[in-house]
Amino acid sequence: MIRKKSLSAPYLIWMVLFIAAPLCIVVYYALTDKSGQFTLENLMTIGRYSSVFARSLILAAIATVICLVLSFPVGFYLSRLRASKQKIMLMLVMLPMWMNFLLRTYAWMSLLENNGIINRLLGLVGIGPFEMINTSGAVVLGMVYNFLPYMILPLYTVMTKIDNSIIEAAQDLGAGTMRTFWKVLLPLSGPGIATGITMVFVPSVSTFIISRMLGGGSNMLIGDLIELQFLGNSYNYNLGSAMSLVLMVIVLLCMSFTNGFDDEDMEGVV
Amino acid sequence: MNEIVSLKNIVVGFDGEPVLNGLSLDIHDKEFVTFLGPSGCGKTTTLRVIGGFEQPKSGNVFFNGQDITNLPPYKRQVNTVFQKYALFPHLNVYENVAFGLRLKKMDEKEVRSRVLEMLEVVGLKGFERRSTTNLSGGQQQRVAIARGLVNHPKVLLLDEPLGALDLKLRKEMQLELKRLQQAMDITFIYVTHDQEEALTMSDTVVVMKDGNIQQIGSPIDIYNEPENAFVASFIGESNIIDAIMLRDFCVEFAGNEFTCVDKGFAHNELVQVVVRPEDIQVVPAIQGQLTGVVKDVIFKGVHYEMHVEQAGYEWIIHSTQASQKGELIGMRIGPDEIHIMRRAEG
Amino acid sequence: MKSTHLRGLQKAYVCLIFSFLYIPIAVMIAFSFNESKSRTVFTGFTLKWYKSLFQNSMILDALMLSLFVAIVAATVATLIGVMASIGINSMGKRMQSAINTISYMPVVNPEIITGVSLMLLFVVYVNFAHWFNSQPAIPEFLQILPENIFGLGTLLIAHITFCVPYVIFNVSPKLRQMDVRLYEAALDLGCSPKQAFFKVILPELTPAILSAFLICLTYSIDDFMISYFSSGTMQTLPIAIYSMTRKKVSPEINALSTIMFVVILVIILVSNYVEGRSYRRAREKR
Repeated sequence: MIRKKSLSAPYLIWMVLFIAAPLCIVVYYALTDKSGQFTLENLMTIGRYSSVFARSLILAAIATVICLVLSFPVGFYLSRLRASKQKIMLMLVMLPMWMNFLLRTYAWMSLLENNGIINRLLGLVGIGPFEMINTSGAVVLGMVYNFLPYMILPLYTVMTKIDNSIIEAAQDLGAGTMRTFWKVLLPLSGPGIATGITMVFVPSVSTFIISRMLGGGSNMLIGDLIELQFLGNSYNYNLGSAMSLVLMVIVLLCMSFTNGFDDEDMEGVV
Repeated sequence: MNEIVSLKNIVVGFDGEPVLNGLSLDIHDKEFVTFLGPSGCGKTTTLRVIGGFEQPKSGNVFFNGQDITNLPPYKRQVNTVFQKYALFPHLNVYENVAFGLRLKKMDEKEVRSRVLEMLEVVGLKGFERRSTTNLSGGQQQRVAIARGLVNHPKVLLLDEPLGALDLKLRKEMQLELKRLQQAMDITFIYVTHDQEEALTMSDTVVVMKDGNIQQIGSPIDIYNEPENAFVASFIGESNIIDAIMLRDFCVEFAGNEFTCVDKGFAHNELVQVVVRPEDIQVVPAIQGQLTGVVKDVIFKGVHYEMHVEQAGYEWIIHSTQASQKGELIGMRIGPDEIHIMRRAEG
Repeated sequence: MKSTHLRGLQKAYVCLIFSFLYIPIAVMIAFSFNESKSRTVFTGFTLKWYKSLFQNSMILDALMLSLFVAIVAATVATLIGVMASIGINSMGKRMQSAINTISYMPVVNPEIITGVSLMLLFVVYVNFAHWFNSQPAIPEFLQILPENIFGLGTLLIAHITFCVPYVIFNVSPKLRQMDVRLYEAALDLGCSPKQAFFKVILPELTPAILSAFLICLTYSIDDFMISYFSSGTMQTLPIAIYSMTRKKVSPEINALSTIMFVVILVIILVSNYVEGRSYRRAREKR
């Protein structure tokens, strides 16, 4: 077709300047001290915050699993609807996503507060009040609420490609509901599950808004730590860069894990 | 003969639109039965009712005399070959075929020997480890058949299984399916809209239209003695013309009286006559019972197809000898070649 | 029967999930009309929070800034991205995959890392400018590198940076799928390569370009994380919202959320209606 490699020149320059260079600078800062000397000190220091890293990973993992379990039936249900209905339902799934993230999280603040709506409603029937806000449970809830559509959508997409006759074939050959699920539906949804896991886990593990708004001071996550180093009181670019570097590695590991699962499962399908 | 599958007054409707209107049907054991009809006639729905994928609104399904109407598909002793095969993309050929056996918790040795045996029967020896998605259409077809047959079902349901194959492969598979049915000695219920396929393979053909059965019979019966105009026109090409039954063995159509072999109609009853294109004899104009002008001559390989106009009606004639376009020819129709049908209502 | 039972259960479950998604939004909308400042007790109907929202210059300024940044960033990103897609499409496989790998970084990386890395880049530049401007060996008329750069410029750079990859990943596949013969046919019928591009290729790409532009607009308006690290003291709408949530009690947020929800709903319904109509019209034509 049109052979004009030069057209991409502005982007290539932009890419090098604003995508590649900043990441290199992160690596540079992570591996140097304030005077520019090479050091592993920053990376070592992270060990002190291992509890924060562990909490981030665990809470994000819990949120991801909950999203997966909640979304699977929804994705399947949507994928079996008639095309016209599917469109409306999809719209309904996506609509909350279009609301600003901060506003959605803020909505949960007023629901979960100690004298919030949920506690007041529970009080009417004589239960509670429960301490809900500023707990790690609230943080997980915030993650699930914000990222649930990111799990439903890929699951739905992959499931629309599973023909009804495949499920019927399994039943025809003697598989009941449970076995159809384990032996056919689940393996065939593999790629969607992999995408969904990444799309929920990555933003969950790196958030600092959810933990700050719903978790109070005691539920710091990696995101909070990093933010503190750059714009907060701690103010240590080198340490912050080292943390970012570690976070990046975690995310890449997570993605290569889910991608590997993806490839293995989809071998020969494409 | 004993009935393996019986349907009694099956009613199925989708969104208020009736698909099957109280359909009843007995299927004999060890027969090759074909449901034949245009799309939307309810043939696939009938098959799905037998397979257990469609719940009838009312009516009952019997299997070997037992009511199985409410039995889920995975508990029925029938297996299905789906329209587009529905092979499991995440399993290889061997695992696809072994799927049903595995669910029965059969021991691995037995599974292995049965799968390998079945793959040999369908001509896929050596394909065990191949991914199903890399197979040709015909090979996928064979896997689907093996996957069903390996469970030793009493009845195998086939939903237009040859639809996606090219013509040559289709002819091969038709013979192959017939051979398999005889070798396995079980009932095959086959759905198709291709009348030639139905005639080639079946012991019994069930012609359907708009959720009703039009005619049940052997391929020869269906072809030679269609019960109504729909069956006649759907099975092969035919000339269908309004006629009056003057008396027993005598019918009038196209402005002429013909001797026929039918009797038992009322005096001057309005009927329809079916004449197959190959049953019309072309003769010189003076010798013909009817005379007409040749409008078109089309070479069809084995024969010529001619369109002949006679008194406002266009006859289709198949003949091994071509007449000239515009030529005046005579036509003769023997008594055995005239099939009288009662006039369809409406 | 059993199957209808199961279907009822499925429906109930899906309803439950949808109420989980919508109840918080419904609560916010309800409380935007609440008389008192309480976020939990409804004391009476009022529109005063809407009124004060529209008198809140911080929010209005933030909104204007967000819209301005979104439009400029989306336009520039679309332009650069479309050019890049065409250029990349004519490169070898290896070069393509190398560029794609780097382009993927802002898409797959956690937003906080993209934000932080850009901030570091700007900091490095500021340090350099400061050093350069205070170097006695360099003639004074050259020492004009701006040092106070955090603001509109950095915000735009950041937004364009995370937008361009979306343009490329939207347009490139369409370009690859496009039938080469279309272009050749245009040449055959007497187009110059330039004419062929504008008369055949570009119209063919328009839907993809348009949707890329819209994606950029929405991402840009919605972005908080990356702006947060590169905007200095400037406030985009999400940043303004963030600072409001920090103050805990501000019912104006509810009013703002309600307005945004309604706007989004209207946009979606209208675009759906238009799409449906053009679809129906296309069908009728056939």
